[in-house]
Amino acid sequence: MPKRELTFRIGGAAGDGVSSTAESFAKVCSRSGLHVWTYSSYQSVIRGGHVWTQVRASLDPLLSHGEDPDVVIALNQQTVDIHEPELAEGGVLIYDAETNKADPAKARADVRLIGLKLRRMAQEFSKNALMRNTVALGAAIALYELPFPHVESAFRDIWGDKKPEVVEANILAARTGSAAIAGQGGPLRYGLAFTNDPRPMMTGNNAICLGALAAGCKFLAQYPMTPASSIMHWMAAHAPAHGVVVKQVEDELAAVNMAIGAGFAGARAMTATSGGGFSLMVEGLGQGGMTETPVVVVLAQRSGPSTGLPTKTEQGDLNLVLGAGQGDWPRAVLAPRNPEECFTLTAAAFNLAEIYQTPVIVMSDLYLSEGFRTVEPFDFNVPIVRGMMAADGGDVIDYKRYRHTESGVSPRALPGMRGYQHIAATDEHMENSELISDTLAGVPEFVEERKRQMEKRMRKLDGLRKDTPGPEVWGTANAELTLILWGSTQGPAREAALRVGETHGVLVNTVEFPTLFPFHADEALVALKRAKRTLAVEGNFTGQFTRLLRAETGFAVDHLYPKYDGEPFAPRDIVAKILEVAR
Amino acid sequence: MKTAFELNTYKGDVKPTWCPGCGDFAVLRALQTAIHGLQLEPWNVVIVSGIGCSSNLPHFLSTYGFHSIHGRSVPVATGIKLANPDLHVIITGGDGDGYGIGMGHFIHAMRRNLDITYLVMNNQTYGLTTGQASPTSEKGMKTKSTPNVGVIENPIDPLSLAISAGATYVARTFSGDVKQMSELVKGGVEHKGFALIDCLSPCVTYNKINTYDWFKERVYDLAKEGHDPSDMKAAFARAIEWPTVQRDRIPLGLFYRAEDVPTYEELEPGLEKGPPARQPLGIEDPDALMAEFR
Repeated sequence: MPKRELTFRIGGAAGDGVSSTAESFAKVCSRSGLHVWTYSSYQSVIRGGHVWTQVRASLDPLLSHGEDPDVVIALNQQTVDIHEPELAEGGVLIYDAETNKADPAKARADVRLIGLKLRRMAQEFSKNALMRNTVALGAAIALYELPFPHVESAFRDIWGDKKPEVVEANILAARTGSAAIAGQGGPLRYGLAFTNDPRPMMTGNNAICLGALAAGCKFLAQYPMTPASSIMHWMAAHAPAHGVVVKQVEDELAAVNMAIGAGFAGARAMTATSGGGFSLMVEGLGQGGMTETPVVVVLAQRSGPSTGLPTKTEQGDLNLVLGAGQGDWPRAVLAPRNPEECFTLTAAAFNLAEIYQTPVIVMSDLYLSEGFRTVEPFDFNVPIVRGMMAADGGDVIDYKRYRHTESGVSPRALPGMRGYQHIAATDEHMENSELISDTLAGVPEFVEERKRQMEKRMRKLDGLRKDTPGPEVWGTANAELTLILWGSTQGPAREAALRVGETHGVLVNTVEFPTLFPFHADEALVALKRAKRTLAVEGNFTGQFTRLLRAETGFAVDHLYPKYDGEPFAPRDIVAKILEVAR
Repeated sequence: MKTAFELNTYKGDVKPTWCPGCGDFAVLRALQTAIHGLQLEPWNVVIVSGIGCSSNLPHFLSTYGFHSIHGRSVPVATGIKLANPDLHVIITGGDGDGYGIGMGHFIHAMRRNLDITYLVMNNQTYGLTTGQASPTSEKGMKTKSTPNVGVIENPIDPLSLAISAGATYVARTFSGDVKQMSELVKGGVEHKGFALIDCLSPCVTYNKINTYDWFKERVYDLAKEGHDPSDMKAAFARAIEWPTVQRDRIPLGLFYRAEDVPTYEELEPGLEKGPPARQPLGIEDPDALMAEFR
């Protein structure tokens, strides 16, 4: 029976060109019409250590980066040692026979160990040591019988017209690698049916950037931090063409405060960071809530606490986000589950931030932010809703920036609009921005006004709840087990649910939460009351979402599968947990 | 023809809440006089402040304002300026706000040479929190937080920092001379680039050392001693006179001015299409954007 998918892995030391070779391979797959999903395991080091990238490609839409690889390129001995035993049935290990050794006893009996003189073969074309990757890549292409023209186009994308000799040398090296497979047992003969319809392939961070641009983001201030940095890189590269100011700033305090300043002045503004940087932004965010200034914050989570595992994934910052800032202020917290939602929810965040004049946080994680995935082309025609603005021009009568309204939203005026001058105030204030804190606090009339201002701001949560997506029930209605999840866990959990149905006849569905706050408690209860048994699947230690769910609804899950080892959820781990609790 | 704005046009509805005799009244007056002198449209002026007694200033004028959080006035102002460079952005705050908790932003804003004017009301103490040491408190000064042997750190010298960090207009004034102060503020607002104006603004309640009389015995006018503000080395020499070298003579006036240094806004490629706050939103050519990913 012909196969429908492949799982390729390449590993080596940082600096060996692992990720760029993997990206080329992924590009060949996506240009061959396959669905692609990648995961890079790397470390907090520039040279050395052990890094590997897995590329899964399929004729069918994918839900995870997969599990055991069928081809591994090992660029050093450590990679041979670690990954050789993980090769799937009939798999192939490609390694450099002159520098490394593969031990047949460590692999399945049906695995092929192909030792090529990668370095020596590469030297024919270039002195650059990384050329050996290209030879190995060519071998992998031949094993899967992927269309070679896409290899050539991938190289042209990397080196472009500026270095035709480099492109040419790489093409020749890849051909040499491909040819070498003939004498090593030939291709795998998967019989994958390729097309010439390239699928767009991008990271979650790319999708976040596209969502921001589509929604009219004109300002990004950011401080480098894994796994959010690539948002700044992409935006900076595209900023002049789209009239966006992108600023790398001195710290995250500056980042969030600049974005809030830009939002106050009328630009759609954003910052992006990970947990450490978000921690620094906390006071600034409260300022956004109090001054009623729109701002979008992307939080791409990584493993904490503290510096934690900077290159590893986690969903451990939910408590931080929910509790960010002293006092109560209205916020929306959205958690995209896939690249498509990175696009749509980021775009939506800009509307929500302006409609409700308050910070909106988009929570991703390393697994979603950095992995490449093929997507359906986005609809860039996203609605742009700027919310209630004061009318510019004409006579201005008695404008009050913080006027009491039923929705809690007051007409907003931007600097430059004549007659609407006002102060954005972080102290508690009256409708006209005058401070209550200094000489009026405790005076009965103003005790009442403080209360009214607080209630005005918090009323925005009612609107935010209506305008954010509620929980989604996915899968069969008569499931015996319901998985509860948020964020990037969607893919692996759905794959596990499908698999356990096929292999064990256990019916599993999911309830997924794209909005974490304001919490959709009523809808959640409707969905969860139908569940026979529940298993929450979360990438943190304490079950932060599980606790939120209970706090908001009183609903206690039956089982919790928390993961905090830094690695993304693998479908088979969730399958094992399902079988454990379903029996 | 445009109607001239009266001085009172710039006055806010809120009365200052400062202690009687506070040096900040002079700074408010000087700023109001300066923007009146320049006839700036109040709706095109944004005054940004942090937290502290002096940071209440935006409420007392009729322009736009952003009364932000402690130490963050500079990045908020930077965001406003970059979102709409057509606005006149002026930062007002205290020494704790700018030279203490906000010091990182202070240095970086100056090295960017944004076209922003920053007035620091320097009273060498934390007034609103009732009298602790500040980054500009003199060595030996006894405060609530340094009750035993007084401050044992060296005071910050904002002027030499400003010159070395890249500010292109660096001045010091004193609340005892509103006329000089308003002229220097006016010059700072007119200046294209980052202007730091350190305003010695006595705290009559918590700083019993650096009083009006104490300053009056010590200040002198740089202009009267033939100082050339285009001479960076001379500016450094004058800047370190007080508090670094001695405490008997305190220079006031324009220490340093560099003309024709490009501002951040002029160099920023993202602004070539115009102010971000005024641009049409959305993507012109989505297909080209998506093509990058195929």
